[in-house]
Amino acid sequence: MISRPVYGVLEPRPGAVHLIVADGEGAKAVADLVSKDPSILHKSHILYTAGPNGTDQWDSINALGAKQAQKAASIPTLLFRLARVLQDAPMGAQVYLTGTEGLMGQAERDVMALGFPHADIQKEHRGSTMRRVQCVHCKGITENVKTDPFPCSHCGLHLFVRDHYSRRLAAFQGVNIDAEEKGHIPPAVERFK
Amino acid sequence: MSLDFKYGFDDFFRDETYCDDFTYRNSPAAIRRFPFPFDRDDYMYSVNMEPHVAGRKGSVFEHTFDVDEHYLSEMRDRARVLASDPLRCQSLPHMTLAGWDLLELIMETKAREYPQWFSLAKDGNRWHWINRPLGIDQKFTFLDESTLPYGPMEYISRQTQGDFTLQDEREGTLWVDAGMVTTQADWSLDFNIGMNFHEWHAPVPLAHEKGIFDRALKFLMKLQQGSPVRRYNWTMTVNPLLDTAPETYPDWGHMRTALTPKNMGHMMHLRVELQTLYRLPRSNAICFDIRAYLGKFEELVTVPKWGRRLHRVVRDLHPDLAAYKGFLRNRDEMTQWLSQYDDGQPTSPGWWPED
Repeated sequence: MISRPVYGVLEPRPGAVHLIVADGEGAKAVADLVSKDPSILHKSHILYTAGPNGTDQWDSINALGAKQAQKAASIPTLLFRLARVLQDAPMGAQVYLTGTEGLMGQAERDVMALGFPHADIQKEHRGSTMRRVQCVHCKGITENVKTDPFPCSHCGLHLFVRDHYSRRLAAFQGVNIDAEEKGHIPPAVERFK
Repeated sequence: MSLDFKYGFDDFFRDETYCDDFTYRNSPAAIRRFPFPFDRDDYMYSVNMEPHVAGRKGSVFEHTFDVDEHYLSEMRDRARVLASDPLRCQSLPHMTLAGWDLLELIMETKAREYPQWFSLAKDGNRWHWINRPLGIDQKFTFLDESTLPYGPMEYISRQTQGDFTLQDEREGTLWVDAGMVTTQADWSLDFNIGMNFHEWHAPVPLAHEKGIFDRALKFLMKLQQGSPVRRYNWTMTVNPLLDTAPETYPDWGHMRTALTPKNMGHMMHLRVELQTLYRLPRSNAICFDIRAYLGKFEELVTVPKWGRRLHRVVRDLHPDLAAYKGFLRNRDEMTQWLSQYDDGQPTSPGWWPED
């Protein structure tokens, strides 16, 4: 799928500061990153929250000994702090995102809004593949979509997940599946875990 | 300050609707000039671009921006769509200058090509625009947004047939960062705005593998000011709906199930997009104009060559394309209906009615 972001493996790069954003199983990717160059730790600021599937590895993040680290209660509360931290990010700051697509997409959106080219933001996917989907009809976003189709959490229409991703919205596109024949809704299949 | 239209419907400009009772139709003269997009009896993607230069008199290529008998009703339909969903027109903050470029291009061109309907007088940056069919008489200051009732792109595209997107060029690609999109074939500006060229084309089947988009992007990046280009695209639309947006799909999708052999000729429309691309002078942005023409099957088959050819194209189209264009469900019935107008005779090359 062409509009979907490409995820790689986090690699330490020289930088004035290292801003690391992770959720759930992303904690392991952060540990792998740091193990490649432990010297980045004293210039690192880590923002972490539990994954949508409940995975919470805050203890391993906290034990790394980064210059600053915070556990946020949720992705939205993590993004509040990220917005403030980004205001002070100097030229040469390195940005690392890891964990679920929803977390990485929203953090990338906020970082890009400050002028970072998306190609300079490193991303590594870990953990859940559940999707963040925007209903193209009511514009509401449903988090942690597991099945296709699924009911929009705002307007209730049954949506299929089109393979089309917007970086600006950090979301896939959901389109009504029974618009042509009302009530003809195929059984939901678990596509994202 | 507002933009209030005084619609000058007359013997030429038709008073018709694109929703509810669907009174849209083409006059015999409009059928003869319909931009039939098939120059042969089969269809597959190609980078089918050519210079957008003045073409045959009376055809949709005669003028840069074709103004036809549907102009006023189309503008009324656009105002209706925007009133129900303002997100159909958006412009990211860095695109305002490109909007002024577009306004200038359209006003200058229409005033030159259709002096009976449009006029533009300039005194430095103090401009005076008259649009007689829509009853507009506007004095404003070029490049000063506060002197118009809308931003420049929205102001001029509320008065111009066709959807418009404005592409910023950076990082070696094009970014769709502004647009007026109310006559689209099932794509969402609100979702796509901010995407680059390959991202917004992601859902199109087969074409990526054929390298179509790589080549098209290379071509467009070299587009020069003053040398616009054009191509056709097409799909099928049940009922004369200009607005087939994904946003409103639950409102119009069910119409696809209402087709019968009896109503096929009246309800099924060949939807042709005359797409033109212009490099803009100040912003270096690229303007993409997507002008939709709707032709009823019963209108098109009055031209014998088109009846034969449309039957063969629909019958033989790759099923992935029929699915993407949204008519796989009805293809067999469409083929059946069209076959009445195909006597098996050979057709002449090219898209004109007879050559």
